[in-house]
Amino acid sequence: MGDASREILRRARQQVPEWSPAQVQEHLARQKEAGSGNQEDIVLVDVREKHEWNEGHIPGAVHVPRGFLELQIEEAIPDKSKPVVLYCAGGVRSLIAGRTLQQMGYENVISMAGGFGQWKNSGYNFVQPRTLSDAQTRRYSRHLLIPEVGEAGQFKLLDSRVLLIGAGGLGSPAAYYLAAAGVGTLGIIDADVVDDSNLQRQILHNTERIGQYKAESARETLKALNPDVNVITYIERLDESNVRRIIADYDVILDGTDNFPTRYLLNDAAIIENKPVVHGSVFRFEGQVTVFKPYDGPCYRCLYPEPPPPALAPSCAEAGVLGVLPGVIGLLQAVETIKLLLNLGDPLVGRLLTYDGLAGEFTELRLFRDPKCPACGENAHPEDLPTYEEVCALPARS
Amino acid sequence: MATVRLAPILRSYAGNSKQVTAQGSTLAQVLSDLYQRYPALKEQLQQGEELSRYINVYVNDQDVRYLQKLDTPVGPNDTVILLPAMAGGR
Repeated sequence: MGDASREILRRARQQVPEWSPAQVQEHLARQKEAGSGNQEDIVLVDVREKHEWNEGHIPGAVHVPRGFLELQIEEAIPDKSKPVVLYCAGGVRSLIAGRTLQQMGYENVISMAGGFGQWKNSGYNFVQPRTLSDAQTRRYSRHLLIPEVGEAGQFKLLDSRVLLIGAGGLGSPAAYYLAAAGVGTLGIIDADVVDDSNLQRQILHNTERIGQYKAESARETLKALNPDVNVITYIERLDESNVRRIIADYDVILDGTDNFPTRYLLNDAAIIENKPVVHGSVFRFEGQVTVFKPYDGPCYRCLYPEPPPPALAPSCAEAGVLGVLPGVIGLLQAVETIKLLLNLGDPLVGRLLTYDGLAGEFTELRLFRDPKCPACGENAHPEDLPTYEEVCALPARS
Repeated sequence: MATVRLAPILRSYAGNSKQVTAQGSTLAQVLSDLYQRYPALKEQLQQGEELSRYINVYVNDQDVRYLQKLDTPVGPNDTVILLPAMAGGR
């Protein structure tokens, strides 16, 4: 150590009181017994670098690395009258940081002598956080920068499981962005094969995949985008025999189907299994999005107790659709899915967002739970409701 | 004159208009006025006394099933939206 640094240290020692790890531990133990919210409660601040923090830190500590101390400490600890105990690895950086805090107006600053090294040697508790790999830290950096997401949010996404019913017009864009976001497990149920008429909008697939199962084509594309994502394929149609078993494994279901029987089937099963369904539908230049959250908002049957006659509800194959329209709606579904997974913002529960592409207009309609709904109202019996297969124009496809 | 907005699938029954005006101070009257000009709409929306169960009607963005249904008052500056379910997903 040079003369100047010795001098800095000497002054800091003079000005900043020190506590031993035993003293800090005693304070924390008393605090824990007394419950939180007392004025004399100490706030622990770890001023080490991130890699040191990741190897283990004192439970309950706040991390403000010394490099960002002046810039972040006031947001971390707005109340400058609170006792702040700083620690580092050996007790030197925390002393110098203590001096800085005093200069910034903090009234009660203490440094932990011996630092985290002595804390560990004394046998006190520490925690090792879960960490993102370097590659993940780079890949998800734009998420990590958002305060409402951050590392905690990214871990939640990586731990989440979303089921997409259909890897077609709605499922394609949605799956793409959910994979990009790092949703750890994506289930895709689709029994169909890729057809060239799909390529006007089903962007998960491409010319080389014509003839392949859509679910498998989807998996190839998604894994190439993000190897972190586990893609589980179900090459089958959703029906009474498999719906509850399949959806039970997932946190959120994204409805990308194109026919009423499947929507009704899915709705009823989701109510029984208590899974939110993010609904989307499209027609030519328009589309709708909403979130059906069992018992919180309306379900699909609250909204549409019966399907329309075939003439009033043609599929895209019959009526056509502007390719990008399911792109817009599918992406809105992906946004809603992420909001549900991260518990952020106001998901479209009880609200139907409608998009008119030609007018460039979004409108919102208010939806209500029907107290007499046969699927989710009083005296509900979702296990044995009709799915109207016999009524609809096209045979049911999943 | 209330404004009536039609979901795309209904427009062919109303001369391909997205939006039309109609007279009446309740939903029943407004629809009646509409049917006079566009009889084909009645077939789709209201074959009998009641509204078809697969069409949702909103007055100023609120579902009329939770207001007064066909007796829901409609003012001159109100908007009535007629919306059947959409099948398309792919």
